[in-house]
Amino acid sequence: MSVQVWTWILVAVTFGLYFGIAIWARAGSTKEFYVAGGGVSPLANGMATAADWMSAASFISMAGLISFMGYDGSVFLMGWTGGYVLLALLLAPYLRKFGKFTVPDFIGDRYYSNTARTVAVICALIVSFTYVAGQMRGVGIVFSQFLQVPINIGVIIGMGVVLVFAFLGGMKGITYTQVAQYCVLIFAFMVPAFFISMQMTGNPIPQLGMGGKVEGGEYLLDTLDKLHTDLGFNEYTSGTKTTWDVFAITLALMVGTAGLPHVIVRFFTVPKVKDARKSAGLALLFIAILYTTAPAIAVFARTNLIETVNEKEYAEIPAWFKNWENTGLLAWTDKNADGKIQYVKGDAVAGKPAFTGERGSHGERLVSNANDSANELYVDRDIMVLANPEIANLPNWVIALVAAGGLAAALSTAAGLLLVISTSISHDLIKKQINPNISEKGELWAARMAILVAIVIAGLFGIYPPGFVAAVVALAFGLAAASFFPAIILGIFDKRMNKQGAIAGMIVGITLMLFYMIRYKTGLIGVMEPRPASEWWFGTSPEGFGTVAMIVNVVVSFVVSRATAAPPESVQEIVENIRIPSGAGEATHH
Amino acid sequence: MTDKQKATAYWKENLRYLVILLTIWFVVSYGAGILFKDALNSIRLGGFKLGFWFAQQGSIYVFVILIFVYVRLMNKLDKKYGYDE
Repeated sequence: MSVQVWTWILVAVTFGLYFGIAIWARAGSTKEFYVAGGGVSPLANGMATAADWMSAASFISMAGLISFMGYDGSVFLMGWTGGYVLLALLLAPYLRKFGKFTVPDFIGDRYYSNTARTVAVICALIVSFTYVAGQMRGVGIVFSQFLQVPINIGVIIGMGVVLVFAFLGGMKGITYTQVAQYCVLIFAFMVPAFFISMQMTGNPIPQLGMGGKVEGGEYLLDTLDKLHTDLGFNEYTSGTKTTWDVFAITLALMVGTAGLPHVIVRFFTVPKVKDARKSAGLALLFIAILYTTAPAIAVFARTNLIETVNEKEYAEIPAWFKNWENTGLLAWTDKNADGKIQYVKGDAVAGKPAFTGERGSHGERLVSNANDSANELYVDRDIMVLANPEIANLPNWVIALVAAGGLAAALSTAAGLLLVISTSISHDLIKKQINPNISEKGELWAARMAILVAIVIAGLFGIYPPGFVAAVVALAFGLAAASFFPAIILGIFDKRMNKQGAIAGMIVGITLMLFYMIRYKTGLIGVMEPRPASEWWFGTSPEGFGTVAMIVNVVVSFVVSRATAAPPESVQEIVENIRIPSGAGEATHH
Repeated sequence: MTDKQKATAYWKENLRYLVILLTIWFVVSYGAGILFKDALNSIRLGGFKLGFWFAQQGSIYVFVILIFVYVRLMNKLDKKYGYDE
């Protein structure tokens, strides 16, 4: 059977499964809608958290990015896993004991202030929208690639599918669907990795194969380092970023992970404090399976790519190369007219390849923006995971499986994020601020409307992507690190922290981060271009600046809180109470 | 022990665990994987340079173990103070 037929079969089967679960787990109350009734087992919650966490970006882009970044790619690996340690040790058990629905709920009560709550809601919306906008685009790309439809149709199909899950089930439906999606995506990620590891190193476990020997008895990583040096790249295992920048980015990603509202809310869904700790551990275990495999795939793919294409005659290159060339994600220009592909350091074209629509003498697609670098090959980083099974000549069903896995990853993350956005609006804004007397039915209805509106806005971002979306997705972590994380941590560990301190810290932190991000990364459209890297403060990239903004937040909170009155007795009691695990009860309204 | 003393003692022990575990967390990732990576790279672990291995594999394994150790320690601590349920 062809790849296309296999794809249709696997996508149809997995989607049927997801819909079946969504219908079975329909939510009847706000509690089921927001926190799945608080009755999810740690195992199921761990898998759901993992699926929620691992987006299309983790599934498709990360290994590709690492394979081009080498050692520098470690920032993603450590950054997106180490945050769970912070979550498990510093946040999850206490927030579960506190027992409300959302992060702004905690901030509002702990800092006895509606202003603090409002600041938190605004931060939550900024963080979640920056994150979800990138996801919807990802959903569109995955659908269009695998179902062979235009990308905008892909986005619309994705919107419809997410809507059904989120609308019907709320947190309950989404949680159980995500359990199924986790199983699909991890299976889809691991199968090709096993095959390729076996082919290249004779060891089927990719984590070991990465450190194994290739034919001829040399270690794979040494072979790759040597290939890199020969072609003018930096050693794969060394990287190019400064030590401080790697440090700052890793910390910003870790702290940001622990501060992301859609991750934190997960720990409200388990019955006891004990379960919150355990489910953070399980979530990280399930995530680690993919995150320790990704760098292995990166090494395999990188070596395979270089060995398959460099100094090879274009006429004799395998079919996958020409297939991807047709999608525009690969391009080759025969600069020295020898009919061979030279792949060395440097950009082959200025930015993305601009195809002229004509074919060259070897049948290659001609581009109009080739530059004078000796490198003749343009490769889009996103194709590495998708092309890997083809490069390694794996059976068609494996290639189709990757499609189903990519869709599972994209959908589960989008659904989880949209739920947080709708909760922020219906619960934190409408119920807590605008109309406290709203009935449970009314609130549920408002939550569903909010999801509908959020999906439409996210979908529009996906169809008309403003140039800055891709640039800011990574910065959502910096924003979360600079705003929530200190307020929550200090709220638990510093009894003396008061509302003035927390509010000042959050506002200064997020403003500073937004300022730096606009100044050095996105620019202001029509007003200002982003400033160059040479002007970065202390050589900190915008991605790593969350670390600096977080430290500033903590300092400001501390100074302001000590200069103003201590929080009231009742609040100090709340803090003492959440430090003790027993008597958590169910997550409730006030 | 009054309830209050008990709660304070429990919290103190909890903080001690946190300091120990987070120190390990910092040492494997920021220490071995970033700050001292170049020095560790002269040591080999099979086909891996050690600093590179910590950055792309080892730190993640340690993170998982750390959380499960924490879960065990805290379950024991809860029992000791009668906070388990």
